[in-house]
Amino acid sequence: MITGRDEMHIRAMEYVKEGKEVPKDIEGSVLFHCGPIMVQRDNGTWAVVAAGPTTSARMNKLEPDFIRKFKIRAVIGKGGMSKETMDAMKEVGCVYLAATGGAAVSLAEGLRKCVGVEWLDLGMAEAMWRFDTDKFGPLVVAIDANGNSLYDKVNSSLVRP
Amino acid sequence: MIKLPEPVEDVVYNLLRLANTKLPEDIGWAMEAASGWEQNEIAYTQLGAIMDNVKKAEHIGVPMCQDTGIPVFYVKGKFDSSIGKDIAKAVERATKDIPLRPNTVDPITRENCGLNLGPGMPIIHYIPTDDDFTQITVLPKGAGSENMTRLAMLNPADGVEGIKKFIIDSVLDAGGRPCPPTIVGVGIGGTSDVCVSMAKEALLVPIDEENPDPVLRQMEEDIFVALNGSGLGPMGLGGSTTSLGVRIKKCACHTASLPVAVNIGCWATRRASAKITANGVEYSQGVKF
Repeated sequence: MITGRDEMHIRAMEYVKEGKEVPKDIEGSVLFHCGPIMVQRDNGTWAVVAAGPTTSARMNKLEPDFIRKFKIRAVIGKGGMSKETMDAMKEVGCVYLAATGGAAVSLAEGLRKCVGVEWLDLGMAEAMWRFDTDKFGPLVVAIDANGNSLYDKVNSSLVRP
Repeated sequence: MIKLPEPVEDVVYNLLRLANTKLPEDIGWAMEAASGWEQNEIAYTQLGAIMDNVKKAEHIGVPMCQDTGIPVFYVKGKFDSSIGKDIAKAVERATKDIPLRPNTVDPITRENCGLNLGPGMPIIHYIPTDDDFTQITVLPKGAGSENMTRLAMLNPADGVEGIKKFIIDSVLDAGGRPCPPTIVGVGIGGTSDVCVSMAKEALLVPIDEENPDPVLRQMEEDIFVALNGSGLGPMGLGGSTTSLGVRIKKCACHTASLPVAVNIGCWATRRASAKITANGVEYSQGVKF
């Protein structure tokens, strides 16, 4: 699993445009929209303190191309994503998994090991963290790979006075 | 709880730790009660995941959410101008220690200022009064909820129904993005900037404290019922638990204006307050209206 938010997407797509090399872990990965709280141990490795999802909608602009380019298998976040993103998911075979917003300590338990970080110059929240995971969740398949969205279902049946 | 006198910097450090690691009791109770009512299976698991997380965070002593926000302070009562420096020192220490996520950046370059400081940070509202104490309150405000802030300069003729419609629409349009079930802070009146400020201040008041104004109390209830009848649910995934409470503050405004502002608090509306007197420090997790 890799993490990526606003700045990571901007840099990745810029590098692709300029023909620059991007970290190989992005290809075929599970992308978690998250800016975790990390602490560095004395031996230089990193431990995660809290890691809940950030609002995925902010990544709507770049996500469709990002998914297509890197063949992302799943996007984990909160609040859902745009129709354009859902179209890219359908093409590539990618799902959107909703993690519970703010359940940062519980979710961190599923991040078994931080195996590295790229682009830390973007700051702790915006860097690309790399994790090995084990029982990460609970997750809800909120958007499937067939263009169905639980968010659309809920929003279209909202009762407004 | 009352503790012996301590330096302001230590008090503020304690406030940051308390606010980030322990959910205010009024919110915890409301969440448990809602969980007892919730019929929607996905909603029920979301609430369970939240409450589980809250317990773990408090037990381990780490922030319950990774977005430890922008620390927003309110300093009320008797104080001198150097208190801002003590608060800044506490923010720096808390960021390194607890730890907090360094969230402050330049709005144009997006370069991280480091340690949650930088131009204009920390945000401190000063309210001098004749009281014999200094009350410092912190509201770590995350971006998920803050980004859903709305202000409308309504037409005075829009009236109470217009006000309620704007508030309800603002919350429902935000969907799952501010992490429902939310606390809805509302400001009515003032100039536009004061209106938005009041909406955030309203989040400092515990949701089980009755609004002393009967008209506002009724509005809070009407909006609360409407939101929880909407079907939006926890995380916008459906259900009957969309809001845990609505808090409204008002003040006078121009005869030709009707400013209304909505500042949403996520389920983790984190607050902590300290009342400092000569005898000691009294900590709590909410302030009165």
